[in-house]
Amino acid sequence: MKQSNTYIFLYASAMVILVAAVLSVVSTVLKPYQELNVEIARKTDILKSVDKAQMLSEVRDRNSYIEGEYDKYIVDSYVINHLGARQEGIDAFGVNVRDELRKPHEQRNLPVFLARDEDGKENFIIPVHGRGLWGPIFGYVALDEDYNTISGVIFDHASETPGLGAEINTPAFESQFRGKKLFDDSGEFISVSVLKTGVPHVPDHSVDGISGGTITSKGVEEMLYEVLSSYENYFRNQKTDRDD
Amino acid sequence: MIKSEREPLLSAKNIKLLSTPLNDENPITVQVLGICSALAVTVKLEPAVVMAVSVVAVMASANVIISLLRNTIPPRIRIIVELVVVASLVILVDQVLKAFLYDVSRQLSVFVGLIITNCIIMGRLEAFALSNKTWPSFLDGVGNAAGYGWILIVVAFFRELLGSGTIWGYPVMEKAGLFSIGYENNGFMILPPMALITVGIIIWVQRSRNRKLIESK
Repeated sequence: MKQSNTYIFLYASAMVILVAAVLSVVSTVLKPYQELNVEIARKTDILKSVDKAQMLSEVRDRNSYIEGEYDKYIVDSYVINHLGARQEGIDAFGVNVRDELRKPHEQRNLPVFLARDEDGKENFIIPVHGRGLWGPIFGYVALDEDYNTISGVIFDHASETPGLGAEINTPAFESQFRGKKLFDDSGEFISVSVLKTGVPHVPDHSVDGISGGTITSKGVEEMLYEVLSSYENYFRNQKTDRDD
Repeated sequence: MIKSEREPLLSAKNIKLLSTPLNDENPITVQVLGICSALAVTVKLEPAVVMAVSVVAVMASANVIISLLRNTIPPRIRIIVELVVVASLVILVDQVLKAFLYDVSRQLSVFVGLIITNCIIMGRLEAFALSNKTWPSFLDGVGNAAGYGWILIVVAFFRELLGSGTIWGYPVMEKAGLFSIGYENNGFMILPPMALITVGIIIWVQRSRNRKLIESK
């Protein structure tokens, strides 16, 4: 059967319009579910960086469990600028860290989440964002009240290689960061490096990288340095305020 | 015109459509198609299984849709039509996973999108669905996707076991106490070349058991 050009054009146009309609309807219908998933996933990550939401695998209604835990433990969130001064009128949860990092240092809005547990112990949670081998990597770093010691981290990635770079979101990798320090004894900001096994380590400032995932490991290191150095002034101010 | 007797849904011929791709005409080990994704998603068992299920879904629906449209598709743009159908189905699968199985979709990440580039799907659309009725096309799609899937799962099983010492994330080797007697994970198993070698070993085993697959000189 040989068709005329008109038939082919009509067929192609009808097909494209039909497919576009179906896909946009599906996307519109599913969007609220997807956005809720993303919001819950972010809240879960924030909670996990301070070792909360431990019962997640056992509860049936995960969403309301996470919302409940989030309202209970995350007592405050605010946005600061590069000098460490609070910026009013900006919702910390709505700040897109990736977009902020593209701006020059002086214009960045830097979100901070404050967690307080039952004993009144406070942690400051900083969202981080960087580049892995194939795509973005991101996560949350929780700091102790001294604005220096890391109490926990959560990393995740969009498309790192499973078994290699993707291992940055495993507890085995993340737990290494616990107790590491951002500033050295003389008060210099040096962050935490991710090193190959066998390279001599700097105590308090380095962790083991992932074999076969060198570029992702370096991405984590650069992400921590890049993001946390923006907060350097804030950390210093808070420390001096506290020490006085 | 006398209406011919209706063929039973699972006649011997239809069963064959389902079963030959599992062995005699396996897309990976015999036709050597879809190797690229077999290398990429077989480091761990879980993504391999979800990938296999997604490919079954996409391939069966794509075969059915193309088969339904087969008399209207202009031959000159048939590849484009096939591509549009496959790509839309993959986007649907991706969107549904993101909305209702968010954790799994995060694990699979880019691999769902890579289903579009799976040569087996286009191959079956061209070779079968374009010239066959709907029900046989459906069976052919399921059969070929399953033939692809089981190889993927076997390869992933050995790569995860020997490369990471786990099965579905459970530390088998550690629990078996092998690490304490000096066993170590083979990091080479995690890298793509070992997937190719594992597939090679499967082909070898398959041909030594199934002699009609051996080409005569």
